[in-house]
Amino acid sequence: MSNFHDGVVAHQFDDAEQQKETVNLGMWSFLITEVMMFGALFAAYGFYRFKYPQAWIEGSNYLDYLLGAFNTAVLICSSLTMAMAVHAAQHAKRKQIIVFLILTIILGGVFIGVKVVEYADKFEHHLVPGHNFSVDSPFANQVELFYSFYFIMTGLHALHMLIGFGIIATLVVMAYRNRFSEAYYAPVEMTGLYWHFVDIVWIFLFPFLYLIGRG
Amino acid sequence: MSEHSIPARIYYLVFATLLLLTLITVEVAFYDLGILTFGVALGIACFKAALVILYFMHVRYSSGLTGIFVAAGFVFLAIMLTFFLLDASSRDWQYQPDSSGFSMVRPS
Repeated sequence: MSNFHDGVVAHQFDDAEQQKETVNLGMWSFLITEVMMFGALFAAYGFYRFKYPQAWIEGSNYLDYLLGAFNTAVLICSSLTMAMAVHAAQHAKRKQIIVFLILTIILGGVFIGVKVVEYADKFEHHLVPGHNFSVDSPFANQVELFYSFYFIMTGLHALHMLIGFGIIATLVVMAYRNRFSEAYYAPVEMTGLYWHFVDIVWIFLFPFLYLIGRG
Repeated sequence: MSEHSIPARIYYLVFATLLLLTLITVEVAFYDLGILTFGVALGIACFKAALVILYFMHVRYSSGLTGIFVAAGFVFLAIMLTFFLLDASSRDWQYQPDSSGFSMVRPS
């Protein structure tokens, strides 16, 4: 552990460059498994969307696209603050790292807050799949299917964000304890990759869930 | 590899572009583009994702190995989606939407 802190290369690597690349590739391996998981969900989503276009339009129109757009903007802002935290880490600016990481958590919190309001609204309007689901539509069952996709996909996305909060909070503590240096900031950088990935998932979820059949 | 310093200005530029594209994707959703609607939304989302991957995730400034590694991941995603959709669209059963549920039927 202390080896890493000083920017010393662990014995299995030729040089710092190779060590860095290895860390990077490891993180990307994980992210690609995530891409495949969400990819499978999107594939199933696409299949049913083209089977039941009318139900998908009806389901989507119950969603508040303004809240969705607001959340998209919030998440893009949090991606910027995360990128700036990594930028600060590269230049070993400890205070900036902490400030940008905390900003990232706050923006993520706003996103989750809006999500809670949206979910609560769905419960109130009987749009949660299950016994209490009811919509006045000839395609009620298919609309219910749309909402199954909505809750599973946004829920899985939100779970990733909650996990992200924990990781970023840990980074804040590490930065506070002066664990990072110009030579060692891999945890900040890798968390950045994770957070941007979560942002990308939402970039696809937003138009596919909120913006169907508005024209 | 010089991921050491990507100027902050580039991050702000990418950030502004992402916000602009979000605005466009919302705006364009209110026009009836017929069959193109899905393609346009998908295209904008892919472009945004590419910006995030290349700049925020530093792939553009990383080694060639990292680039190939990431690209290979998305090639496998494309393989999964292509074969799934080929299979799904070429079967002879159809889903019959009805009010009691959805049932799978073979056309007689």
